[in-house]
Amino acid sequence: MSKTDLGIYVHIPFCVKKCDYCDFPSGVASLDEQAYYIRVLKKEIRSFEPLGNLYRVKTLYFGGGTPSILDPVQLQRIVDQLKDQYEFAEDAEATIECNPGTLNEEKLSAYREMGFNRLSIGLQSANNEELAILGRIHRYQEFEDNYKLARKLGFDNINVDLMSALPGQTMDLWKNSLEKVAELEPEHISAYSLTIEEGTPFYQKYSTLDGQRMLPTEREDRGMYHFTKEFLEEKGYHRYEISNYAKEGKESRHNMTYWNGGSYVGFGLGAASYLNGKRFSNTKDKHEYWEDAKNAYQNYRLTDAQTEQATMEEFMFLGLRMMKGISPQEFEEKFHQDFGTIYGRAVEKLKMQGLLEEEGGRIRLTERGIDVSNQVLVEFLL
Amino acid sequence: MASVDQSKIRNFCIIAHIDHGKSTLADRIIEMTGLLTAREMQAQVLDNMDLERERGITIKSQAVRTVYTAKDGSEYIFNLIDTPGHVDFNYEVSRSLAACDGAILVVDAAQGIEAQTLANVYLALDHNLDVFPVVNKIDLPSANPQRVKDEIEDVIGLEAQDAPCISAKTGLNVEDVLEAIVHKIPAPVGDPEAPLQALIFDSVYDSYKGVIVFCRIKEGTVRKGMEILMMASGATCEVVEVGYFGAGQFIPCEELSAGMVGYLTASIKNVKDTRVGDTVTEAERPCSEPLPGYKKVQPMVYCGLYPADGAKYPDLRDALEKLQLNDAALQYEPETSAALGFGFRCGFLGLLHLEIIQERLEREYNLDLVTTAPGVVYKVHKTDGTVIDLTNPTNLPDPTEIEYMEEPMVSAEIMVTTEFIGAIMDLCQERRGVYLGMEYMEETRALLKYELPLNEIIYDFFDALKSRSRGYASFDYEMKGYVRSELVKLDILVNKEEVDALSFIVFAGSAYERGRKMCEKLKEEIPRHLFEIPIQAAVGGKVIARETVKAVRKDVLAKCYGGDISRKRKLLEKQKEGKKRMRQIGNVEIPQKAFMSVLKLDED
Repeated sequence: MSKTDLGIYVHIPFCVKKCDYCDFPSGVASLDEQAYYIRVLKKEIRSFEPLGNLYRVKTLYFGGGTPSILDPVQLQRIVDQLKDQYEFAEDAEATIECNPGTLNEEKLSAYREMGFNRLSIGLQSANNEELAILGRIHRYQEFEDNYKLARKLGFDNINVDLMSALPGQTMDLWKNSLEKVAELEPEHISAYSLTIEEGTPFYQKYSTLDGQRMLPTEREDRGMYHFTKEFLEEKGYHRYEISNYAKEGKESRHNMTYWNGGSYVGFGLGAASYLNGKRFSNTKDKHEYWEDAKNAYQNYRLTDAQTEQATMEEFMFLGLRMMKGISPQEFEEKFHQDFGTIYGRAVEKLKMQGLLEEEGGRIRLTERGIDVSNQVLVEFLL
Repeated sequence: MASVDQSKIRNFCIIAHIDHGKSTLADRIIEMTGLLTAREMQAQVLDNMDLERERGITIKSQAVRTVYTAKDGSEYIFNLIDTPGHVDFNYEVSRSLAACDGAILVVDAAQGIEAQTLANVYLALDHNLDVFPVVNKIDLPSANPQRVKDEIEDVIGLEAQDAPCISAKTGLNVEDVLEAIVHKIPAPVGDPEAPLQALIFDSVYDSYKGVIVFCRIKEGTVRKGMEILMMASGATCEVVEVGYFGAGQFIPCEELSAGMVGYLTASIKNVKDTRVGDTVTEAERPCSEPLPGYKKVQPMVYCGLYPADGAKYPDLRDALEKLQLNDAALQYEPETSAALGFGFRCGFLGLLHLEIIQERLEREYNLDLVTTAPGVVYKVHKTDGTVIDLTNPTNLPDPTEIEYMEEPMVSAEIMVTTEFIGAIMDLCQERRGVYLGMEYMEETRALLKYELPLNEIIYDFFDALKSRSRGYASFDYEMKGYVRSELVKLDILVNKEEVDALSFIVFAGSAYERGRKMCEKLKEEIPRHLFEIPIQAAVGGKVIARETVKAVRKDVLAKCYGGDISRKRKLLEKQKEGKKRMRQIGNVEIPQKAFMSVLKLDED
């Protein structure tokens, strides 16, 4: 029996300091706690041993928090555990997220040796004042130094994260960040516009009326977004997802798995999985996680597969995040149901409103559709 | 139970201004007469609707029977009938009073006589009840019992020097009240052998027992198995059970005879057959004439009630029917709105009454409602000489057919401490009040008299009064009839479409101000759409105010991280849920609460 493709996500919830806009399960932890977490994480991975017979790993992604905060030895233990249990495809993509303030030559070489072939560096802004506003621990120069170091050590697939619509940010400041990064020619750029999440220091500061005045207006925000697309296309990047740009063939295969409805398993605090038609997530409470980890596989087995309706909805609202859009034909092959009966009316209405367009048998968001995509995607909930 | 000595029965109620401690005294009486131990006692036994307990007010009349062993060694049966204190519920007070032979008047030792104290005393005296005063809250630091006693004598003319001075909260001197009940409230009269004549003073619907009729037996005796006749509705039925009121429960007994207060259940098929105020008699041996009953109450405030989910229309109808059973003042008739679908135009005694009904429908009947702006009943004199009562602004005839319009006026009495007289006079002025006069109750307090249009006070007059007097003013009003007035219909257009459910009638001079505020409010309430939405207020087709809801430029989730789809799904589902609570008017989705926004125009 041939094995199914699998993506593995590993969550490392530690940071030197939590950023003021961040609402992910992450934070500062003592070295003891970090060591303990690694042990629990290994237990969780071990509980999923039976998967090894069914799946082959196509992508591996270490995210956080800050995976690069770990001592490479600890990282090695997890990677070894995974390699013990799973067959990795020859061309497997293995990404590690890094904070520019935590990198050095020793770590970068260790990553190469462990088999990481892709770096995702959280730069966020090329402007030091903006970095301070965000509560980042690093300066631009640290990023550039480490980026060049990574190149020297042979990393040929690097992503850089940037954030637009920051407090006080002007179009010129944003252009400057983009230009500086584009000059370095990374293979991939993620350009997110800032979302103010509840429960963060940013929410307290910027959700008030006075606070909102410090943020770019919706018009400015969209201006930055549209500029990003044009600017990066000129530089040889194509936008393949709402916030993601890549050189040809350098799309993040791991992230594409999420949007294409592929199988993935997530290990660690708050990590999400989609396996065998079942969606489940680990707890975001670390104490509960200590308890759950041993029986994680059991918990997964007890989860019900999601309904076909939910899978159809996801096909649409995840698929439409990608610029290539969705194909009604693929929908019908997957679900054996008539696309028009289920979504025909919604699609027609949204096309009339200029939010969707159809070309070459695929349906995708228009530029305006991207700007208000939540209002488009909600129409595909049945 | 077979033979109860009539001379040992006391049927009474407690009347008071709101918050003077009526319910607390009732609790204390129930507790001290041994019906309940203090431990069993949940605070405020009589207020048994959740809503009443939460708001600390009594809405529905409740009755309870307790047994008291007096100092003379005899046992007395006390039937305590609770009455509501708010001005909107005067009719309920009147119903309760008809079942009583006497009343205890509770006056706050610190605040003294208030507007509602007077109104209730006059009601009680109208019903020929013997009233004795009690001075409550003497444990308060600001209490001045002697001053209050003098005030009772001066203002009301009731003998008050030997009135019990109590603290219902701590139980201090409440025993004096119990003795006073025995000595100052007369025993009922009536012949147990005469033909049955019983007054229905309330009724409730119980899903197990059906309609439960609360009655006061004036003459004769009612027992299980008896064939009874409802004199006004003409319905006959067989009595299934009779009994009296325990604390929060119904206790069956053999019979109820003249002078007693209790309940009966019967094979009543239609809830409409039992009308509060009707007289129950024996079918075979009817009494010669019905009891006077109650004055039918006229609703003063109307609004449209619509189920949020159109499919729940029959549920809303059933719920209204059941509520009307023990709330004779509630009136309703079906209506349809282009914006809201099928619903009911409902009449209420006042805004509090409206709110209470709305909340009861939502809580007790689990209905989700959309309420339109409340309005009063206008009289429209048409050019053809006919007059129509306008309860729904949408039915206003074409202006060319209208000769003139009239609006209802009230005469209001506002009790206020002298320092706030200026502020309250300003308020009345703003609300088109006509000053009638002022009386000083004592050095620091005055009674202001105004004539005011009812439509100026139904929204938030009471709140404004309280805030401008730091809570010290109290207010009572009665209907005074109609006067000719310059009135116009204010229409609201959303994205150029008139929304019938948002129209209301307004004094011509206030139209511009109201229209402007309404547009501002709606701008806040209507979510941004993918296109720009003009909101306009118009009178007779002429736009007098406008606001614009800007189009959405951005509604995108930039990041979709770590494969956590559930989070994205939740966000979309929340967005979808929000849409469900909207009403579609043309291309625009209007949240249900926007239809109530007219109520809150003066909030800020």
